[in-house]
Amino acid sequence: MSQKAIELILMRQLASSLAMPIFLVDPLGNLLFYNEPAERLLGRRYDETGEMSMKEWRTLFAPIAEDGSPVPGEVLPLSIALHKHRAAHLAFWLKGPDGISKKIGATAFPLEGQGARLLGAVGIFWEES
Amino acid sequence: MKVTLWGTRGSLAAPGPETIRYGGNTSCVEVRGHGRALLVLDAGTGSGILAMVALRLGANAAFEPLYEPAREIHIWGPPSPTLDLRTRLARYLSPPLFPLRLRDLPCDLMLHNVPPERFEVGGFEVEAELVCHPGSTVGYRISEGNRSLAYLPDHEPALGVRAFPAKPEWTSGFDLAADADLLIHDAQYTTEEYQQRIGWGHSATRDALAFATLSGARRLVSFHHDPTHDDVMLDRIDAAARAAGDVTFALIAGTEGATFEV
Repeated sequence: MSQKAIELILMRQLASSLAMPIFLVDPLGNLLFYNEPAERLLGRRYDETGEMSMKEWRTLFAPIAEDGSPVPGEVLPLSIALHKHRAAHLAFWLKGPDGISKKIGATAFPLEGQGARLLGAVGIFWEES
Repeated sequence: MKVTLWGTRGSLAAPGPETIRYGGNTSCVEVRGHGRALLVLDAGTGSGILAMVALRLGANAAFEPLYEPAREIHIWGPPSPTLDLRTRLARYLSPPLFPLRLRDLPCDLMLHNVPPERFEVGGFEVEAELVCHPGSTVGYRISEGNRSLAYLPDHEPALGVRAFPAKPEWTSGFDLAADADLLIHDAQYTTEEYQQRIGWGHSATRDALAFATLSGARRLVSFHHDPTHDDVMLDRIDAAARAAGDVTFALIAGTEGATFEV
């Protein structure tokens, strides 16, 4: 496996040091890394799963809208960041591993490297009161 | 390839009797291959020594071409999303920091951002990648035939990594150094010094060794010595590195004037 772009490596290192849940995805939406706080959102440990395909992590991450319906994938901030190349925000409900639903705010932004290369996107989450 | 170190010091030149064995000049490495091209990696104060040696040998003096009006000179450097290489160099090479301006050079000076793909310079195949160091900084892999030199003089791959080294795919500079015949790598600090300088963009010798082991390099040249380290101190650092455990490569402390066949 070849080395990731330095921008992704540095983003992972920053995410590893922060206390807020962070996802780092590649341009196809595959989950390259999630930090320890984000492990609570997925109910999995990164050391156990490693990278996950988009299909895999989306089965673990099932946000619910205010009206109780599933949030479509294409309106998730990470999806907008990747496909529309802009920052996006959304609030939704997410059931944790403890079975309790919490309102979560999510903001995502694309990672654009030198030469306009789309390297992926970053999603940051926090619990909304 | 023949690789010669003309400057091994990092950050600031430190010439004097206390640094005479390892050298006090800042980074400059000469690379010659089978062709006629002379590749110079970095133009620290060691480039002055390269110029003097070239003149003494009566060869094509290293910097004379800069003063020849019809001569094409190419300089490659790291890309930046905001300023081109000429603008960045001109900021430094202009009064009051330097008496001459880039535009005062009579040669036909061509400045290039290193491209993201491999490129060829005078028979050498060159790869450049952004690496972990403040600002826009690249490391290089220079290949000729099946031989390769990796040059990472300003590199802090351990920054933010809880247990260095990480997996290869998450390690800055790995692709450049993978299985290199010769790796010239930043080893500026002792382990204790590094704890006070995290994020400054340079490596502890311990991390340079770990990086070389991970990358599978065959020879490691410790480089970019701290300007406060005299010869005695560098002897101690080198001895400690050798005593730290088995390494899978030849460890060589970078000294000014040292030459390597690759």
